[in-house]
Amino acid sequence: MRAVDAVMECLKAEGVDVVFGLPGGANLPTYDAFVTGGIRHILVRHEAGGGHAAQGYAKATGKVGVAFATSGPGATNLITPICDAMMDSVPVVFITGQVRTELLGTDGFQEADTLGITIPIVKHSFMIQDPREIPRAIHEAFYIARSGRPGPVLIDIPQDLSREEIDYEPVTDVRLPGYQPRTEGNQKQIRQAAKALAAAQRPVIYAGGGVVNANASEELVEFATSDRFPVTCTLMGLGAFPARVGGGGGVGEPNPQWLGMLGMHGTRAANYAMDEADLICAVGARFDDRVTGKLSEFAPHAKFIHIDVDPAEISKNIPAHIPIVGDAKHVLAKLLIEYRALGVDSARLGAWWERIEGWRAKYPLGYEDSTDDEIKPQYMIQALYEATGGEAIVTSDVGQHQMWTAQYYDFPAPRRWINSGGLGTMGFGLPSAMGAAVGCPDRLVCCVAGDGSVQMNAQELATCAQNKIPIKVFIMNNGYLGMVRQWQELFWDGKYSHVDTGEFPDFVKLAEAYGATGMRLTNKKTLVDDMKRAIATDGPVVVDVRVTREENTYPMIPTGHAAREMVG
Amino acid sequence: MSVVGEPATKEPLSLEELQASGSVRSGRKHVLSILVENKSGVLTRIAGLFARRGFNIDTLTVGPTDDDQVSRVTLTVDGALHPIDQVTKQLHKLINVLKIRDLEPGDTVTRELALFKVSADGAQRGELMQITEIFRGKVVDVTKRSVIVEVTGTTEKIEAFESMVRPFGLIEMMRTGEIAISRGRSET
Repeated sequence: MRAVDAVMECLKAEGVDVVFGLPGGANLPTYDAFVTGGIRHILVRHEAGGGHAAQGYAKATGKVGVAFATSGPGATNLITPICDAMMDSVPVVFITGQVRTELLGTDGFQEADTLGITIPIVKHSFMIQDPREIPRAIHEAFYIARSGRPGPVLIDIPQDLSREEIDYEPVTDVRLPGYQPRTEGNQKQIRQAAKALAAAQRPVIYAGGGVVNANASEELVEFATSDRFPVTCTLMGLGAFPARVGGGGGVGEPNPQWLGMLGMHGTRAANYAMDEADLICAVGARFDDRVTGKLSEFAPHAKFIHIDVDPAEISKNIPAHIPIVGDAKHVLAKLLIEYRALGVDSARLGAWWERIEGWRAKYPLGYEDSTDDEIKPQYMIQALYEATGGEAIVTSDVGQHQMWTAQYYDFPAPRRWINSGGLGTMGFGLPSAMGAAVGCPDRLVCCVAGDGSVQMNAQELATCAQNKIPIKVFIMNNGYLGMVRQWQELFWDGKYSHVDTGEFPDFVKLAEAYGATGMRLTNKKTLVDDMKRAIATDGPVVVDVRVTREENTYPMIPTGHAAREMVG
Repeated sequence: MSVVGEPATKEPLSLEELQASGSVRSGRKHVLSILVENKSGVLTRIAGLFARRGFNIDTLTVGPTDDDQVSRVTLTVDGALHPIDQVTKQLHKLINVLKIRDLEPGDTVTRELALFKVSADGAQRGELMQITEIFRGKVVDVTKRSVIVEVTGTTEKIEAFESMVRPFGLIEMMRTGEIAISRGRSET
């Protein structure tokens, strides 16, 4: 069969049910194969939208996302999603067309050195030099993308090779001598960690996106509740430890062991607990600068247990006293057994909890609500939580709205919160919501977008309208690039430089032009009901929510400061 | 010889071991011997990891091994300037990298080959030949006004020879960069 038909067979063998992509000259043969290939393809309007959609799909389902693009500009438009997937460890396979082999290196039409450009931002990549390599490359790509620490893998296929005839035989084994991710964790180290946790007076569990990636949320909850361990999550880990317990969504009570998110815009309870902890157990987290603040003053009293599937993360920023290389699911399960065997009395944590409760009582998350109809951005998120019963998959762009969503939407489960944490990509929210909705058609998917960010991939509304992908986009519209404005206000003497986006565009008209439903909400009193109305509307809906223009995201650890120096 | 982050072998399990394995600046030259799959683009991936961190690779050699599917990259980095532990861990994440050894100087035999083109007319030639002999070098080409000398040895020996012949007028020098092999019976 043709190599491109083998591509379809390989994708099916990998369980791929959808591909996001856009055709062009160099991948015309591949698109010919889609005609009879038996794989759903969603035509996006910009390759970046396709890449982020594949990421959203992967994050929501836990499966590998797939995005296709042509050579040259098609491939370079994928750079941001590839880099984003690398930073946030998202399993996505990108398959790009390339010019014919005889044109390689000649600056041919729509030629770009896709492999060379992407080397620093992929987990691995393949340049196809022989069409018979294609099936093996695809299976290896999927295996690499989803195993160990997940990440993006790129396959670049020259046009002429893709149309050649090959003898296709299904590949059933993948052998990679240089790639053997270790998942189990060293038993001796795990025992040592259990002992350290048993001896700790002021422990904190600091969980990150690795827990979500390893599907280890259950193990985390079981371990944390086997004693009264305080738990905080990173931005990427939200939902791994339920913010509420006892009844789904809004009906439950706040989870007593949940400290809230930590880091730059985390809660004071979480950050102060890290600051005073004597033992920090990091699980699938990477001590990012947005978490640690000033590195030299981060958690000055703590020893560190660091559990991560990627050995290169351990002791990268903070030297670990007890490093454990393994995936969170295996290690936490073993840690629980070891810890239970020690028969620890949780009464020893009484004084520590008293201290934490003190911070919680003194510094709850909060804001000054309006006294009239004005919608405060924080209230907008609380209203969305109420309107969705806390049960939606929520995606976001990057900026103030992202932080407020992280703070005020109490995620009850993993894979509900999809955002761009590492790279901080504006324009991520709308297409990733699209991908999540395709992957989870039975679940409500909402995107909380910024009025600045949403325009960076608004073209995918057309894709949503055409394919009846019913995402609900709630634009937190303050007419500013809000986070930049906040920093200019706080750290650049209030001199605003190019952050005012005004009232452009008219998002209701924009939505309608794309074939979606547009709504504008300005009244706090009816906000929850209006949001419910938007959610109940068929098809994609764009809701322009007008919020307070100049509101700051607090609390905050200013850059270069320690956690205890939080402001706001 | 320490093996960093290699599957199923030793990994640093305590803070002390980690420090010993070079996460802090070691203050010495490191010779990394890296076995890689013989595939296109591997060298770019390796070099990129150093470049991203602003690390300067002092020498780099690539050559075949007894297995034609596998090549060996030998590179030297100054551990006084750069903490190399992070970069070796990152190197190990490359799918095409099979094995990395950070060779301990005492347990390693290293060699480099250098060609020196030195200006030497009749009068100077004798002295130059003497020096060459002391360094167990070989004269491989002679013209009326210049001599080409081949010297093999450690980097220190090559540098010593260079300083000896510089006063004659060093026209050109070519060096291969170091290759290294571990002492004893075990494989590098």
